Amino acid sequence: MSEQTPRAPQGAEHAVLEEQIDQWRGYVQRRRAITPADVDEMEDHLRGQVADLTASGLEDDEAFLVAVKRMGNLDEVSREFAREHSGRLWKQLVLVPEEAGENGRWRELGVVLALAVASGIWVKILLDAAGTDELVLVRNAVFAVLPFLAGYFAWKRRVPWGVSAVLLAATAALALVVNLYPFVEGPHGDPGMTGFLAISHTPVVLWLLLGVVYAGGAWRSGPRRMDFVRFTGELIIYLALIALGGGLLIGLTFGTLSLVGVDFEPFLGEWLLPFAMPGALLVGAWLVEAKKNVVENIAPVLTRVFTPLTIVMLVALFVALLVNGPLTAVDRELLILMDAILVLVLFLLLYSISARDPLAPAGIFDWLQLVLVGAALAVDAVALTAMLTRIAEFGFTANKVAALGLNLVLLVHLVWAAWLNLGFARGRRPFADVERWQTQYLPVYGLWAAIVVVAFGPIFAFA
Amino acid sequence: MHIDKDLVAASATPLVLGILADGESYGYAILKRVNDLSGGRMEWTDGMLYPLLHRLERLGYVQATWGTSDVGRRRKHYAITPAGRETLAERRRQWAVVSDALKQVWQDVQPGPVVAEGWA
Repeated sequence: MSEQTPRAPQGAEHAVLEEQIDQWRGYVQRRRAITPADVDEMEDHLRGQVADLTASGLEDDEAFLVAVKRMGNLDEVSREFAREHSGRLWKQLVLVPEEAGENGRWRELGVVLALAVASGIWVKILLDAAGTDELVLVRNAVFAVLPFLAGYFAWKRRVPWGVSAVLLAATAALALVVNLYPFVEGPHGDPGMTGFLAISHTPVVLWLLLGVVYAGGAWRSGPRRMDFVRFTGELIIYLALIALGGGLLIGLTFGTLSLVGVDFEPFLGEWLLPFAMPGALLVGAWLVEAKKNVVENIAPVLTRVFTPLTIVMLVALFVALLVNGPLTAVDRELLILMDAILVLVLFLLLYSISARDPLAPAGIFDWLQLVLVGAALAVDAVALTAMLTRIAEFGFTANKVAALGLNLVLLVHLVWAAWLNLGFARGRRPFADVERWQTQYLPVYGLWAAIVVVAFGPIFAFA
Repeated sequence: MHIDKDLVAASATPLVLGILADGESYGYAILKRVNDLSGGRMEWTDGMLYPLLHRLERLGYVQATWGTSDVGRRRKHYAITPAGRETLAERRRQWAVVSDALKQVWQDVQPGPVVAEGWA
C-alpha cells in the first residue's frame, strides 16, 4: 500500500523528517492488529500535526517528536485496534484477489481445475476399462493422477521441455514395467508378493519425480528439495482436512438420500470418487502453493507435539521387546512395523529441521530429537537382530528383502543424521550440515523404490 | 488539565459524532476541532481516535471513504450516517440528564480545597 501512496513534494531540507516518518511507519506496521491502511491514516495525522507544529516555529525533529508523543503509547493504541478488530490477529488466507486487475490467481485456479477434471476423466476411463479386474485400476491409479499434478507445477514453474520429456519418459517406462511384467497373481485375484511390492513402491518413485518438477528442474538444489519436503507435509495435512470435509458431505448426502429411498452408492463409486480424489489432490496442492508465505506451516507444529510422545512410545516398545523376547516367533510384520516407526521418526526429524532457523543456537529441542533418534535406533536394533536370525534360518523372500532393504536405507539416514545432530548440539558443527544431509539423502529413497519396482520381479521370478 | 480517562471515553463518541454532524471530516481535523472546542484543555491520545472511528464505522454510525489531501496524500474521510444522527440525539438526551443532575449536585456542595482534591 505504501508504495502506491503518493508522496508529498518535499525539499531536501525535509529529508531527515521523511526518514523518521518512514522509520515510524515500519515500527507501527509491525503490529499485527494495525493494517497498512490504518498506518496510512495515522501517517496522515502525524504529518498534519508536524506541519502545524513547524508552522508555529518548531524544528522538524522537535515537531516529529511531539507529534509521535501525542500519538500515544503504541502498545496501548495497538491493543485498542486489536480490541476493535480481533479478527486481524488471525491471519486470513485470501485465495483470489478481491480487487480487479490481478487475474493471475484466477487463471491459476482455472488451470488447476481443468487439470483436475482431465485427471478425473482419465481415472474414469481407467475405471471403465478395468471392469472387474480391480488390479488394473490399483496399478494405474497413481499414473492417472500424479502426472496431472506434475503438469500444474510444470506450467507454474515453466519447467524446460527437455526436463519434462525425460520425466514423462521415466514415468511411461515405470507404467510399462508395472503393467507388462508377468507378475504372478494370488489365488483370489489379489497381487502376488513382487506385484504388490511394485504397486506399493511406484508412488514413491513418482512422488520424487514430481519433486523434480516442483523444483522447476533445479532438483540438485538443497533448498528446493527442502521446499518440496515442506510442500509434501503441508499437502498431506490439507488433504486430510479436505478428505474429512468431503467425507462429512458424502455421509450427509448418503444418509438423507437413503431415507427417501435413493441409492447413492452407484453414483458415488462410478462418478463422484473418480473425480473427487484427483480434484482433492490438485486443489490441495493449489492451496498449499497459495498459502505458502501467508499461513504458518502446520507440520512443524505437529512435530513439536509428537516428538516427546513418540519418545515415550519408543521407550515403552524397547522395554516390551526386551522383556517379551526372545523374538523367534515374530514374523516379517515386525520388520514392516519397524520400517513404519523409522519413517515416522524420520518425518518428525525432517519436518522440525524444515522449520528450524539455521542460525539459532542448539536448544533443548535439538537434544530431544537426538533422544528420539537414539530410541528409534535402539528399538530397531533389537527387532533387526531378531529378524536377521530368523531370515538366516528360513531364507529370503521378496517381502523380507524389501522390508530389510528399506530398514537399512532408513538406518543409514538416521544414524548419520544422529551423528550430525550430536555435532551440532555440542556446538561442533553448523546447522547447515544437518540440513544438507537430509536433502542430499532423499534421492536414495527414490532409487531404492525404483529397484524394488523394476528389479524385484525378475530377481524373485515374479512370485 | 488532565481529565479522567473514563470521562474521556464516555464523551468521545458524542463529541466525534457531533463534530461529524457539522459535515464530513478526517482524523486530524476532528482532533483539532476537539482541541478548539475544549480550549485545548481536553487532551486525547491521538492514536486512540482511530480505533474509535473504526468502531463507529462498524456500528454504522459513520461511513468512511478514501480521498486525497491537498498535497495528494491518501486520506480517510468520515461522514455521519442517519443511524449516527439517531445515536447522537439519543446520547444528547442522556448527557442532558447527567449534566442536569450534576449541576444540582454542584450547587449543593460547598466548594473547598479538600473536596476539590478528592475529585481530582
